[in-house]
Order: sequence, then C-alpha cells, then structure tokens
Amino acid sequence: MALVRLLALLPFIGILVGTPFFNRVEPMVFGMPLILAWIVMWIILTGVIMGIIYLVDPDNRDIPARHRRDVPESRR
Amino acid sequence: MNAALLIIFATIACVLLLGLRAQRGKDMDLEQWTVGGRGFGSILVFVLMAGEIYTTFTFLGGSGFAYGHGAPAFYILSYGCLAYVLSYWLLPPIWRYAKEHRLIAQPDFFARKYDSPALGVLVAVVGIVALVPYLVLQLKGLGIIVDTAAYGAISSTVAIWMGAAVVTAYVMVSGVHGSAWTAVVKDITILAIVLFLGIYLPIHYYGGYGAMFAAIQTAKPDFLALPAQGESVAWFDSTVLLTALGFYMWPHTFGSLYTAKEGRAFRRNAALLPLYQLILLFVFFVGFAAILKVPGLKGSEIDLSLLRLSVQTFDPWFVGVIGAAGVLTAIVPGSMILMASATLLANNIFRYFHPQATDASVSRAAKLLVPLVALVSVTFTLQGGTTIVALLLMGYSFVTQLFPALVASLLPQNPVTKEGAFAGICIGVATVAFTTLTHTTVATLFPILPEALRDLNIGIVALVLNLVTLGVVSAVTRRRSAYA
Repeated sequence: MALVRLLALLPFIGILVGTPFFNRVEPMVFGMPLILAWIVMWIILTGVIMGIIYLVDPDNRDIPARHRRDVPESRR
Repeated sequence: MNAALLIIFATIACVLLLGLRAQRGKDMDLEQWTVGGRGFGSILVFVLMAGEIYTTFTFLGGSGFAYGHGAPAFYILSYGCLAYVLSYWLLPPIWRYAKEHRLIAQPDFFARKYDSPALGVLVAVVGIVALVPYLVLQLKGLGIIVDTAAYGAISSTVAIWMGAAVVTAYVMVSGVHGSAWTAVVKDITILAIVLFLGIYLPIHYYGGYGAMFAAIQTAKPDFLALPAQGESVAWFDSTVLLTALGFYMWPHTFGSLYTAKEGRAFRRNAALLPLYQLILLFVFFVGFAAILKVPGLKGSEIDLSLLRLSVQTFDPWFVGVIGAAGVLTAIVPGSMILMASATLLANNIFRYFHPQATDASVSRAAKLLVPLVALVSVTFTLQGGTTIVALLLMGYSFVTQLFPALVASLLPQNPVTKEGAFAGICIGVATVAFTTLTHTTVATLFPILPEALRDLNIGIVALVLNLVTLGVVSAVTRRRSAYA
C-alpha cells in the first residue's frame, strides 16, 4: 500500500511540473491544443490512479478485511 | 413574457417547491438543518460535493474565462483534479473527528482541535469574508441569465432581488435537505445541457473541435497557450496550487463533509470526481466557440459569452432551457453558501458572545440571519464590476489561509500552537485583504523581480507568509510554555 500511495504524487508532478513543458498550441492532439490535451490526459490518469489506490487500500474493504487481520502476518 | 422566461420561472417555482417539501417528516433542529443529521449516503454526498463544484462559476465564469483569457482558463480543470487526490487522505479524518465531537460548522473543528474558542471566531470571520464574494458571484450569474433570457424585459437588478428571495425562502425552511434534493435535479440538467452545447456548438459553427481550435489559432495566435507574461506558467502553477489546497477549506464545503454517513464515501469520490470534472472541458468548448462568433465582449462582459452565443444560435424556448439550467447552478450552491454563512454567524460568533444561549435560540438566530446575509450580498452584487472568476479567486485567497493550521491539527503530534495558528491566519488574511483593497500584485510591489516571481498569485505569497509566521510563533510560544 505504501508504494501504491506514492502514485498519488504523479498528478501533482504531471500538472504542476509538466504543464510548463507542454505549454504549446501545436501540435494539436485529438483536435485539442497540446497544453489542453496534456491536462486532460492527467485528469483521466488521476481517476485511474485514485481508482487503483481505492481498490488496494484495505480500509475500503468491508468484512473480509477484518478477517484478514486475524490471519497471522506470515500467512498473508 | 416570452417562452424563455416562462421556462425559467417554472424552474424556479419547481426548485422552491422541491426545497420546501424536502424538510417534511424531519424535526429541524440545528443538526438536521445544517448537516442533515449526518445521515446522507454515498450518492447524496457525491451529488452534494459535486454540486457545490459545478456552480455559476463553472457554467458562466468558466466559459467566459475561456472566451476572454484563453489557455489560463485550464487552471479550472487542473485544480479540482489535484484537490480530489488530497481529499482521499484529508477528508476521512476530518469527518471522523467531526462526528465524534458532534461538530456543526467548520470553525468548531479549529476551536476544538486547538482548544481555543477565539480561534473558532477568527475562522468564522475568515469564512464569512470569503463566502460573500462567492455568493455575490452566484447572484451576479443569476442576474445575467434572467436579463439575457428576458431579451431585455427584466433588468438584472430585479432578477437578482428575485433570485435572492427564492434562495432565502427555501434555506430558511429546509436547510441542507433542500439543497441536496435540488442538487440532484440541477446536476442532471447541467450535465445534459453542457454536454449538448459543448458538442453541438463547435460542430455547428466550425465542423468540429480540431477545426475550431485551428481557426482560433489562425485568428489569435497562441491564445490557446499560456502567455509569457501575466497569466504565465508561474501564475498557472501558483493559482492551481492555491486553489487545490483551498478547495475543501470553504466553510460550506467543509460543512457538507459532516453530512456523510460513512467516511468511505469520500475515498470513492476521490476516484470518481476527477472524471466527472471532465464536463468542464465542454464548458470551455462553448467559450472557445464564442470567440469568433460573438466577438467584442470586454471586461466583465466576458461572463455573457455562453448566453450570447446561445441566443444567437437557438430559439427562445431553448434559451429558456439553458437559462433554467443556469439558474439552478446559481440557486443550489447559493443556498449552501447562504446557509453556511448564517451558521457561522449564529453558531460561532453569536454563541461565543452569548455562551449561555440554548441550541434552540442559536438555531433560530441562524435562520433569522439568512435574509441579512442575502441582503448584504445583493448590495455588493449590484455594485458590480468584477468578473466571476476574479471574485472566486479572491475568496480562494482567503480560505486557503486556513489550510496550514488544519493540516497541522491532523498530525498525531500537532507542532503548531493555538497562538501560531491564530497569528498565521491573521497575517495571511491581512496580506490578501491589503493587496485586494489596494490592487497590489507582486509585480507592482517588486517590479525588479524576474517574471516567474512577479506573476505569482498573491494568495500563494500570503500563504508563505502565513506559514513562516505560524512556524515562528509556534516555536516561541512552545518554548515559553516549556519554561513556565
């Protein structure tokens, strides 16, 4: 989980650090200016990344998660 | 009375009915009124949180900003996305703490965490100062819509008064229950309208997106990229960061967290909301389509671009449908904002000065303060002059000042003292207030700085000063209490 959590840093890097490098109109991507296409790509990726984190995070599981905690560390 | 107005008024009447009916069968004490008895399920929380995001600001302000400023408008797409990432870890602990301590409003959280009712008052004041421009922009949008749809028959002044009266009435009766149910209706309508306009208009006028962007690039070269000066990449980054951090610091957003039944709802929303936010893209498409088709809107007129283009393109009845959707985007968030400000005034300021007041009298005070706040906002709205986006950015600069003290309070060992939190917020807010009132920017204060620093959003500068003050004062007060 700890490693998966690091994925959440990617949208910040993509949007805050990446956008200045893609601040151009051309080449257009899917008919959109490059900068817009770059931001849209990151929004979709953010949805995917947060979806993965949601699925991996044991806090979001109902009863099975509690069962799992009863199993000794070595057998998990 | 034309078809457009008829449809808009019918919508307002329906909203009012729905809002008034929503409180049925519930005993409206302060906890029911403001946080829906903490019984809202995942879907209602989703709609409420998403609904507060899709306001007149996005509908008229977003398209207007794309029309008038071009690429800088993309900041609106970006900040929500980053805010949702933060929300995954930020919201569940806030919600859990609020539930355990039965908190009603945002300042309660600070007051309890820092064990300082005075800090609660400060947070309430900051919240109200930030909320007024937010409410003003909703009313402004309402005025623009009715004025345009009436084809001049009703002035925007009359429309603003009517809109404020409707919102006031149903907030006083139903509180957050009214907002949640109208939010459902609003979200479906706005989704359909924005998707339709964003797809239809570029195809109708240009034959497609690619052709539209190519035409704009030819007519206004590099309008679709961030400029080298002013709203440059430095402005973009600092504004995105400021607004992403401030996203959940709005008193009404913070307050609507408390409505949730379970904390997992927030984590699920963190994955769903980024995609939901792509609707904004279609709002921009409308603004871009207007650039070459209704040219010449200047200054705060840019907020009119979506409606002007609609009037030019469609029959009055369909302008009415668009206007009705727009009215909903103003009324629903407007009601949340109005309720949040009245709650802050009653629960956190009135109660502080009258500690022996009963819950019933605080609840009554909150409801009586609703029309007062509405009246103040109407007065500001009628003075006019600023664009919708400028109003919102000002509010954001204020609320984001609460972020450092909030995050520190969530740490297992809070390094910040109540004096530090108090001083930091004061310095941050004072910086924003000073620069707003005197129209100062980093560029006018320090003209010799390099461009990247001159274009920084002043709210970020205030946030840095806030952090430094918070750190220094916390260190000093901590040492003093250690010696004592």
